[in-house]
Amino acid sequence: MKILVPVKRVVDHNVKVRVKSDQSDVDIADVKMSMNPFDEIAMEEAIRLKEKGIATEIIALSCGTAASQDTLRTALAMGADRGILVQTDTPLQPLAVAKLIKTVVDKEAPQLVLMGKQAIDDDANQTGQMTAALLEWPQATFASEITITEGHAEVTREVDGGLETLKLTLPAVVTADLRLNEPRFITLPNIMRAKKKPLDTTTPEELSVDVSPRLRILKVTEPPV
Amino acid sequence: MATLIIAEHDNNHLNAATLHALTAAKQLGSEIDILVAGQAAQTVAQQAAALPDVRRVKLAEDAAFAEALAENVAAQVLSLADEYEHIVFAATSSGKNIAPRVAAKLDVAQVSDVVAIESSDTFTHPIYAGNALATVQTQDAKKVLTIRTTAFESANAEGGSAEIVTLTPQAGFTTVQFVKRELDQSDRPDLAAASVVIAGGRGLGSAENFKLLEPLADKLGAAIGASRAAVDAGYAPNDWQVGQTGKIVAPQLYMAFGVSGAIQHLAGMKDSKVIVAVNKDPDAAIFSVADYGLVADVFDVLPELTQAL
Repeated sequence: MKILVPVKRVVDHNVKVRVKSDQSDVDIADVKMSMNPFDEIAMEEAIRLKEKGIATEIIALSCGTAASQDTLRTALAMGADRGILVQTDTPLQPLAVAKLIKTVVDKEAPQLVLMGKQAIDDDANQTGQMTAALLEWPQATFASEITITEGHAEVTREVDGGLETLKLTLPAVVTADLRLNEPRFITLPNIMRAKKKPLDTTTPEELSVDVSPRLRILKVTEPPV
Repeated sequence: MATLIIAEHDNNHLNAATLHALTAAKQLGSEIDILVAGQAAQTVAQQAAALPDVRRVKLAEDAAFAEALAENVAAQVLSLADEYEHIVFAATSSGKNIAPRVAAKLDVAQVSDVVAIESSDTFTHPIYAGNALATVQTQDAKKVLTIRTTAFESANAEGGSAEIVTLTPQAGFTTVQFVKRELDQSDRPDLAAASVVIAGGRGLGSAENFKLLEPLADKLGAAIGASRAAVDAGYAPNDWQVGQTGKIVAPQLYMAFGVSGAIQHLAGMKDSKVIVAVNKDPDAAIFSVADYGLVADVFDVLPELTQAL
């Protein structure tokens, strides 16, 4: 089974961002960037499925500027087999990313798209659900446990008030919650090995996806104290 | 064009989150309908019809809606979407699950966790764990929103008499099945809606010690919350987690015991009216948002405070 894991390069979770004085956006120049923590969890889960012999190949996908290559290299060092970068300087919103993921899914035909439940920068919590909708696939969001059986995924979800379990017919989209697992640390030999793994670059234009933003940011302000 | 609110319920009771969504929807300035998709959900439809300022309640009953699976509820919403400019969900685990599916099929952006409505196309929502507020204008004709319930007062539960319209249920999605649900049994108030929240962090040291919060919570009629550290350490169940990725609360009184106050925790509680923090570490970040702080050992303070009440 092939698994696609979309990963996002975001401001590191320990950084407290500041709003720019002209209120145009937050100031993330010269700020430490990392892989979105929920995506690390999704990647870890994919690797565990491969270690159990369930997954055969893990493809890491990132959409964003050329700098997102770092994030893909991290994914490769964790254990992904190859990477795909959809490179663009246009700021990407969840719907655009979901469309990009869909085109990659159409081409690669994974049985499972495993991704984080939300990115800690825009806090949108939309892309997984949107991807599932565009693909007409079932979804299991906020997963804290995933069991793959022949043709199905049984997923325990964290919901308000407790847990719920769904059984999805594959292919499906699953989004990872914090409790799914504890992501591994990457080792130096694996970082070196990751440099040799294949990383293909494409663009939204090549994939014929319109990624222009639908939401216009009018202003970004500090929250009231 | 009108506004459609997707009711959240358990087939018997309308969830309080829907009342907050109604207050937000009123600010959009058009007529409001409520969709109740459920199984044998007549009583929910009646509760929705009793809400003030609601024009119609649209009731779709089918076994496929019993567990509010996103695939099925989204299909029902989409069948109605032509009639509405705004489609509003509460930003609960259920609303967050369903809304983006609707937005993607309509090919429109979604605004998550709206905390203020500036106009019918302009909304404010927090980003970066609440460290910034973004005001965005949508370029799409239809707007799909999830509403942060703590940012809007609850509407009255009574006073209206909307007409109930029965809909043809949309066909069920067959590639997903509900297996089971395990809800935490608790007599305490719902964390997201409680007026007093007592929260514990890693400073409590063990699941046993976490129980020390209970007598105080009992006296104050409070819900118990937890930091991620406490949840990860197994001191408290997952759905007690308050923060960026857990529950967002804004009670009248939030008391934090042994919580350091990481950015991600503050994102979930800093809109509380009064924040009280007890921590041994005078430099703990929680004191930066606390109205009243006490630098002391929680194990000394908890029994004393409980005694004094």
